[in-house]
Amino acid sequence: MSVEAPERAAGPNGVVGANATRVDGLALVRGEPVFTDDVHPEGMLWAKVLASPHAHARIVRVDAARALAHPGVVAVLWHADVKPILHTRAGQSWPEPSPYDTTVLPEKVRHVGDRVAVVAARTLRAAEEALALIDVEYALLPAILDPEEALRRTDVLIHEAPDPRGIGGGGRDNVAARIDIRVGDVEGALAAADLVVERVYHVPRVQASHLEPHVAIAWLDPDGRLVVKTSTQVPFHLRRILARVLEIPEARIRVIKPRVGGGFGDKQEMVIEDLVALLALRTGKPVRLEMTRAEELIAARHRHPQRITLTTGVMRDGRIVANRMAVLADTGAYGSHALTVQGNTGQKVLPLYPCPNLHFHVDCVYTNTPICGAFRGYGAPQGFFALESQVDVIARELGMDPLEVRRLNHIREGQTDPLSARLGEGKSGLVRVVRSSGLAEAITRGAEAIGWGRKRRPSAPHLRRGLGVALAMQGSGIAGVDWAAATVKLNDDGSVNLLVGATDIGQGSDTVLAQICAQTLGLPLSKVIVLSSDTDLTPFDVGAYASSTTYVSGGAVEKAARELRGQLAAILAGKWGCAAEAIAFADERARGPDGRSLSMREVALTALYEAKTQPAATASHMSNESPPPFAAQFADVEVDVETGEVFVRRFVSAVDCGVAINPQLTEGQIEGAVAQALGYALFEEVLIDDQGRVRNPNFLDYKIATAMDMPELVTLLVPAPEPTGPYGAKAAGEVPIDGPAPAILNAIADAVGVRITRLPATPERVWQALREKAKRDLASAS
Amino acid sequence: MKVELTVNGAPVAWEIAPGDRLLDSLRAHGCASVKRGCETGDCGCCTILLDGEPAASCVVATAAARGRNVVTLEGLRGDPLLARLQEAFLAEGAVQCGYCTPALLLVAWTLLQSGGPVDEATARHALSGSLCRCTGYVKPLRALLAVAGRPGAQLRGGRGENGLRGRPAAAPRGEERP
Ligand code: FES
Ligand code: FES
Repeated sequence: MSVEAPERAAGPNGVVGANATRVDGLALVRGEPVFTDDVHPEGMLWAKVLASPHAHARIVRVDAARALAHPGVVAVLWHADVKPILHTRAGQSWPEPSPYDTTVLPEKVRHVGDRVAVVAARTLRAAEEALALIDVEYALLPAILDPEEALRRTDVLIHEAPDPRGIGGGGRDNVAARIDIRVGDVEGALAAADLVVERVYHVPRVQASHLEPHVAIAWLDPDGRLVVKTSTQVPFHLRRILARVLEIPEARIRVIKPRVGGGFGDKQEMVIEDLVALLALRTGKPVRLEMTRAEELIAARHRHPQRITLTTGVMRDGRIVANRMAVLADTGAYGSHALTVQGNTGQKVLPLYPCPNLHFHVDCVYTNTPICGAFRGYGAPQGFFALESQVDVIARELGMDPLEVRRLNHIREGQTDPLSARLGEGKSGLVRVVRSSGLAEAITRGAEAIGWGRKRRPSAPHLRRGLGVALAMQGSGIAGVDWAAATVKLNDDGSVNLLVGATDIGQGSDTVLAQICAQTLGLPLSKVIVLSSDTDLTPFDVGAYASSTTYVSGGAVEKAARELRGQLAAILAGKWGCAAEAIAFADERARGPDGRSLSMREVALTALYEAKTQPAATASHMSNESPPPFAAQFADVEVDVETGEVFVRRFVSAVDCGVAINPQLTEGQIEGAVAQALGYALFEEVLIDDQGRVRNPNFLDYKIATAMDMPELVTLLVPAPEPTGPYGAKAAGEVPIDGPAPAILNAIADAVGVRITRLPATPERVWQALREKAKRDLASAS
Repeated sequence: MKVELTVNGAPVAWEIAPGDRLLDSLRAHGCASVKRGCETGDCGCCTILLDGEPAASCVVATAAARGRNVVTLEGLRGDPLLARLQEAFLAEGAVQCGYCTPALLLVAWTLLQSGGPVDEATARHALSGSLCRCTGYVKPLRALLAVAGRPGAQLRGGRGENGLRGRPAAAPRGEERP
């Protein structure tokens, strides 16, 4: 598929670039029943999952007799009732780069919270009661909770041979995915460098914590087709995976995505839909399953925790000449996104500072802990924490301004990124050329906004103040893999239906895509009626992930709208006797070269009733490029030297996401990402005890930021128009989540002179580090 | 068992089971704006007004609401203050996924309805019991302050509790600017 040149300028219509109100906003502020669980079909059953209490055990026998005797219980299924078809629950393009290591109901549980059985009952209460009535006999197996141990041991295998398809270590060890890529001569360059800095960084397990839990309802329509209404980011991938595990053709399945209460990657996965689908097929009744918050924190997906060893060679003038990143990552019990998240930790991160010598190594292992998967940033927040901490260490050792080291080394327009060529979605990727970059300007404007280099006083005697910076880049979709389609259809009144597979999960893609459509057709936004993500009604889209929607789906919308415009121009050209190219569409009118014009309603009536044709177009779009958006983020923090508490006072994000189709929605993406990353930096961590149980499965113990926690946020859009993006757009959803943790930790180091290399920087950790520093200072003084 | 209460101005008599929570009862009776986010009283998505005060309906037994007055967002339809808040939320871009939105609107409405002075600190405090994972709270706060007569207010940030909710902050915010 060729990539046509997209429209460069927004032109006179002014819909692109405007802070248009969300197209779904009115229903949301009115609290209308627009989410999955808000409407229940007649006669619906309630499902519950019996979760494993053990980290690693074989299920010898399940006796459901007592549960089935419960008057409210309709069905109980366990592994003996379901054909074991290997698959991955990760919602990725086919063929998925994640290992096929999962069955619907496993014969062996691999983490506390893994599926043992599933119940359908007439009431939720009956389903809950039934769980206690299922008798399970387990044969306990030794559990591996620690990734280092998992890497060492081959006597205990979490996924044993015969080899489930696509596991990195072939099922002979506990390696789920392995990557090793070399560019240039790292050893030689390190030996020749003036300074070599090596540090080990640890990043924690965190959870997306979208407020709407995973929830799905499945039923059979009057023709016996399976309908699944679900809170998902990937309706089309989901339909394909369901077809595989249920052994029914895609044609017999319809997936509907209503409004979604946040996803952040955690819904880029079939977390529960197979269970409701299976129960609906078995019982013939509608079945609903919603996870509780505790289940979310235990059995949804976590961000992969990693240990990152970063070795950097630098010359005295600050030039980075070699980088070696060695990652040990924990994918938990199953390998969802194991290869690709970890691949991103290098691929999205190391190119920020192009240097000829790179070595990127990953061991991603299984452990008997909850499953890790996609979470906004997808490996990049981990890598950027290491890289951007490291740059500050280097600057300190060289006695340079950390901003100067970054300015000297960062990637620029016209440069290519050697890792992308070697690492795609698990196959070889495409060479990435930076065609647009506002990074230099973002650094300048962000530094100005935070007051870089200006000493400021702490607000109390026991506080110390510091400034920190971090840069980041991401991508816009997956080059050569992600693609999307859109259909535009004209109605009598000159309005259009825009049908997109793209998945609005709260980020506002329906609105942004409608803006692109309206702009291209010269219509006001109110004349674009959006329908998204219904596999029966809308064309395909890979879904909402990898920061792809505005860039990739937006490209499809722009093409479809242009095609429609071309159809209308052809009809009018025949009527007016002029060239089709000479007809312009703006302000809801079509204008001929001689000044003749028709309103869009008249154009529609002409097409529908005179030409007797339905103007409509479907277009597909794929890009072999994934232009990086850039961010420069700055933190102003105070550290309490008595308690180790860190207070972020002000946080500046200067972001180049290309032209913002809707600046207000873009700012919202940035502000929300900073809030999530603030937790990553300072207080979020899923804690696992020595039995593999999650210790903090609730919002009291797993903290996410409240309105009180948020500092003053300054958000600056620094657009560098992207020549390959619709109206110059790139992505915005993920890049702002990459920088806050390193920026805040760099600010802590600036304030109190201690470098915390393990997230989150809790008061205990900061206090401990302060104490050790005090001891060291004392020792060196004496 | 039967329980009688007032929901959105109308007396209702519901057949309930002992242990039913108000959140589930309300949702089962058409109040879809009351959302389930945690069921432990920690997220605020299920906020309602119970005798005029914001309360987490997931930790209220329906039986305990006997004889009491419950208002959800559905019950404020047509209220001019709510309408202004809804408009401000849309205009300021305070809605992303919208799952927290009914609760944020209700607590904002309660704050403004009380008639006291509203500034950033009171607004943050009012919203502090309601989690939002999407917005970082900037735009919801701006919307609230706009309706409170402070459009375009520059937000200075919260105290920074770092998830240590309920603990007093170590120090007041530094006010100086270089
Ligand atoms: S559902 Fe009630 S506070 Fe979270
Ligand atoms: S808008 Fe999504 S949780 Fe608040």
